[in-house]
Parts: sequence; structure tokens; C-alpha cells
Amino acid sequence: MQPRTIIEKVWDNHIVAENPGAPALVYVDLHLVHEVTSPQAFDGLRERGLKVRRPDLTFGTTDHSTPTTPRSLPILDKVAAAQVEKFEANCREFGIPCFGFHSDKQGIVHVIGPEQGLTQPGMTVVCGDSHTATHGAFGALAFGIGTSQVEHVLATQCLLQNRSKTFQIKVDGYLKPGVGAKDMILAIIARIGIGGGTAHVIEYCGSAIRALSIEERMTVCNMSIEGGARAGMIAPDDITYQYVYGRPFAPKGAEWEAALARWRQLPTDDGASYDKSLAIDAASLEPMITFGTNPGMGIPITSAVPDPASVSDPLERESLAKALRYMDLPAGKPLLGHPVNVVFIGSCTNSRISDLRTAASLFKGRKVHPGVRVMVVPGSQQVRKQAQEEGLDKIFQAAGADWREAGCSMCIAMNGDQLAPGEYSVSTSNRNFEGRQGKGGRTFLASPLTAAAAALTGKVTDVRTLLQ
Amino acid sequence: MNKFTPFESQLVPFPVDNIDTDQIIPARFLKTTSKIGLGDQLFCDWRYDAEGKPKPDFILNQPQYRGRAILLAGDNFGCGSSREHAPWALTQYGFRAVISTSFADIFKGNSLKNSLLPIVVPNDVHAELFADPEQLVKVDLASQTLTLASGRAVEFPIDGFSKHCMMEGIDELGYILQQAPAIAAFESSRVGSIRTTA
Repeated sequence: MQPRTIIEKVWDNHIVAENPGAPALVYVDLHLVHEVTSPQAFDGLRERGLKVRRPDLTFGTTDHSTPTTPRSLPILDKVAAAQVEKFEANCREFGIPCFGFHSDKQGIVHVIGPEQGLTQPGMTVVCGDSHTATHGAFGALAFGIGTSQVEHVLATQCLLQNRSKTFQIKVDGYLKPGVGAKDMILAIIARIGIGGGTAHVIEYCGSAIRALSIEERMTVCNMSIEGGARAGMIAPDDITYQYVYGRPFAPKGAEWEAALARWRQLPTDDGASYDKSLAIDAASLEPMITFGTNPGMGIPITSAVPDPASVSDPLERESLAKALRYMDLPAGKPLLGHPVNVVFIGSCTNSRISDLRTAASLFKGRKVHPGVRVMVVPGSQQVRKQAQEEGLDKIFQAAGADWREAGCSMCIAMNGDQLAPGEYSVSTSNRNFEGRQGKGGRTFLASPLTAAAAALTGKVTDVRTLLQ
Repeated sequence: MNKFTPFESQLVPFPVDNIDTDQIIPARFLKTTSKIGLGDQLFCDWRYDAEGKPKPDFILNQPQYRGRAILLAGDNFGCGSSREHAPWALTQYGFRAVISTSFADIFKGNSLKNSLLPIVVPNDVHAELFADPEQLVKVDLASQTLTLASGRAVEFPIDGFSKHCMMEGIDELGYILQQAPAIAAFESSRVGSIRTTA
């Protein structure tokens, strides 16, 4: 047999039918649903008199519209409250298990999937959310879909899909101190551009990827969509299996052994080829920060913001100039020292226990700079519980940060957690689009360490100056 | 869905690259549980000021561009969030096609399911269109042709299945439901790895 990449193996394993004149019919192993992109799909099922074909392969949680204020308080936004209520009712009506707003396991859909052991190597995973790519960290083929497709999967457990091209991104060597997984992916996106992965699935490989923990791998895969790729994958290894083992929905006993044998067949064969490839030296990477209004507009934190005058393509030049006008930033100067109003530590990119531990390590024994509002939002109630058992909440609170309930929060600013117009944030989330964190708000994307450094100094700071 | 018929229109030129779906429709409007009523919120934060009044310098607020059914945008249109509210808002405003040099994957797929035609053109055609957005261009899906006022006819790509669905005004779900026997056979042939309801 011809050598295959992991991308092709997982794809081939899920082809239900390939009929002439139509895209392939692809089977979905795990469908995650949440309140924002599913209501119209459930309405569609009702209109057609359809059931959910496989509620046992479907799981729901509430995360986008939900407040991160204490759970004893009601959802004050009536529209959001109605959406959450409708979602929970839809799950009940169609027999879908769900972590509702008051569940002690509720959390961001891309945090709870792995946490519960629902996400496993070799699976196809979909969700009406572009950051579904996160689950690729386990060697799953995981991608975001629209609401029409949510309805298709609910009704049939299948999707019509055209085969993607393959893109190998190989990162070798050692990361320098102060440089982490978030910096790695921000550097990759800055390199390939926000549309550089369009029509491709990325496989991240190389020694620097192998050295990452599973949570760091999730950070990398999570932002594949910000480089235009629908999915990013990392071949499973012992780090992956160790993480999955013993989780509530992980296979047990003989089923575990059988699963492990299947999973060990997944990594890319020697000699397999890709449609395109990129090699990156991990040692060349610096802490990264974005300056503009898309995640491709990132620079090493000590570098200068690029000057539109140096861009030859007129549309590109105008897009860069427009971004700098929105951000109210001068061209040609570094961001270091730029004042910051808000720091957000959270989102499906960086809200797991290791992210919180990393941030807390910098906060410990220090104080948040006066005037900076710092929100720490754990990715799930289980992460929150774990953090509290480790005393991380106390560290954040002693420093002057706000310790919140779990949810998407200020990553998407649908739930009342938002920037005021003109405010600057350093955020561990994934998107710096205009108004993403609140109308008129301005976002610098960075790692948990760089965000924590900004919280302590009140300005954009090279965290390495605080680590010495 | 209505059958996608040939039409002609002038263009709404929007020379910005990487327009993301957060700009097309900001996230705060995604709390709706309905598909309708989104046209007024299209490009909301570029279109209206803090008081909710139309900004006169924004192109959709300029009278001469009203009623045009084709948006001419920069590269990589529709990047970012998977929200299908983006094509819903565009079609409810009145757009039937978007022309760009490329589209983000999820947006493209969502558009094709909502009778919004994403038309990819080469750079030189893109530039020719931007040079004269007042020209009347013809869109014919059957022949996959965009005809410029100059008479230049440009063929655009679309996958055959999506084209068929748009031409006939049918959605994909009917076709997938017909595959039920194949789906059942596939399910019985493999070991499931999770049971969320267990």
C-alpha cells in the first residue's frame, strides 16, 4: 500500500460512500453542539420530522452566551437566557446528553471534549465552531461546520465533504525559555498568512511538537483555522494515550487495549508525501504578539510594527493601514511599553489547567498593575475546581485578578464580558478581529506568560525580563 | 431554497482583504435562535455609528449602491468564525453573489448552502472589476460564467454537486438521507469508540 499521512488515514477510515457527481459521504464519530450554532438546526429537524440519528455520538454544552459571574446569579441578558434555555430543551427533546449552564462539568466545548475523554485519536470530530480544530491534538480529524451541516450531522451522522489537501508543518529543535506553544502557532500563522492553509489540513510534526504536552498541542491545533486550515492534526503518541486513559468516556479494559492497537496505526507512514510543507526551527522563535486586526498580523515582541509604506500590493497595503488605524498604532515602532487596559486569560486556546498554572507562576507574590482589569476565566468547571484545589484562585485573587466561572467569555464577548471602545487588551484568545472583544475594543493576542506580564506591568512587556 | 437563476447587477466594491465573519455579522447578534432578521445587522459595526445611525461614508449607506446584488471584496473573504449567520445576513440584505480572489473554506461551504454564490476570479479580472464597479455584470451559474460589461466572459469554478443543488433549489440533506442504507452498513461494520449516553 502507498504510504499515507495521518490525515489520509483518518479520512479513508470514515468514507461511507463515494458516489459519482457528489462529494464523499464522511462519517462523524463525535458531534459536539452548543447553544449558538444549533437552534436553527434543531428547528430544521422538527420541520422535517427527523430525529437525531445518533444521540450517543453527540454531546452538548453551554459556553458562548453564558455569563462568567457566579452561578447563583441568573442570566441577566434575556436573549442569551432564552438561547441557553432553548438549547437545554432541545437536548432533552432529542435525547442528547448535555452539560447545561448549572452542570459542574460545564465548560467550553473544546475543553470539555478532551477533558471527558470524548475526544480520541483517529476520530472524526465536528462542531458548529471553527475552533473544533483543537481536537486534532489527539490525532483526530476535527473541523468546524456551519449550522446547515450541524443539521445534516444530527439527522444522518454524516457530512458531504471534498478531500482536503495536506500541509506538513515540521517544527524541530528546542523552544527558548519564555517561548511556548502559543508563540509557536502565532509565529506559524504570521509566516503562512491568515489564508495560507485554505483548502488544507495541517499535520504538525517534528521534535518540538513531540515535546509539547497534550494541552500545548491543543493550543497549536486550535489556531489552525486562523491560518485558514479547517483542521490541524498531531499524530498520537504515549503523551496522548496517557492523557486519554481513565477519563470518563475513554475505552476501558479490553476495549482500551483494542483502541490502543488501532491508534498506534495512525501516525504518518515513512515516505508519505504532502501537497505542501514548511519547516521551522523552534530555537528561532521569540515570544509573539499581534499588532493588527487578524491573527496573521503577528510579530516577535521585540520587533517593530510593519510599515504599510513597505508593502507593494495596494490592497494589502490598505488592509495593513486600515488595521493600524483601527488599532491606533504607529508603524515602524515596537509594541513594547504600549499601555494595556485589560488582560484576558482564557478561551479554548489557553484556559486549561496548565495555562492557568503558567500564568499563576508569574502572578505569585506580585500585584496586578493599578488600573489594569484582569480576568481569569477557566475553560471548564472541572478546570476551575482543579485550579482551586491547587490554590491558583488564591494566587490570582491576591494579585488583584478577577477569578471567574467557566465559558468563552471575552474571547467572543457575547456574554457581557467585553472591552469598552478604545480599550486595549492583551488576550490569550485566538482572534483580534475588529470588535471581537467588544465594539471598538483593540486586542493584542499573546501567550499566557505574555498576558500575565502585561497584567503586572500595565503595558506590553517581554516576559523574559520578568523571568530572569 | 429558491432556484438560482441568471441575473445581472452593478457591483458594491469593498476593497478590503481578509474580511472576517465577525465584521459581516458581529457575535453579539448570534444570540438569536432564528435565521431571519439579520440583514439590518450586516456589517453592523462598519455601517452604523455608536448611536446606531448609518455612517454616511460607509458604502452600503450610499444611495447609489442600494439594490446591487453583487459584493466585490478583497482576498480571503469570510475568514474566521464558522457562523452561518454571515451568509444569512448577506442574502437577507439582498446579495446573491460575492466576487473575490479567494474565500475561506467554511464561509464558502455555508454560502453554497444558502443560495449565495461565491465567485472566484483571477487577479486581473478582480482588478478590472474594481476599476469600474458601475458596470453591469451578468452571472450565469449554468454556464459558470461571469460576463463583464466589456463583453469579457470569465468562467468561475464551483463543485458540480453544489451547483446542482443551487440550480435546483434543493438542499443537501435530502440527498444524504437517501444514503441511509450505506450509513447503516458503515455503522454495523465498525467498532464504536464512545457512547455519550452511557
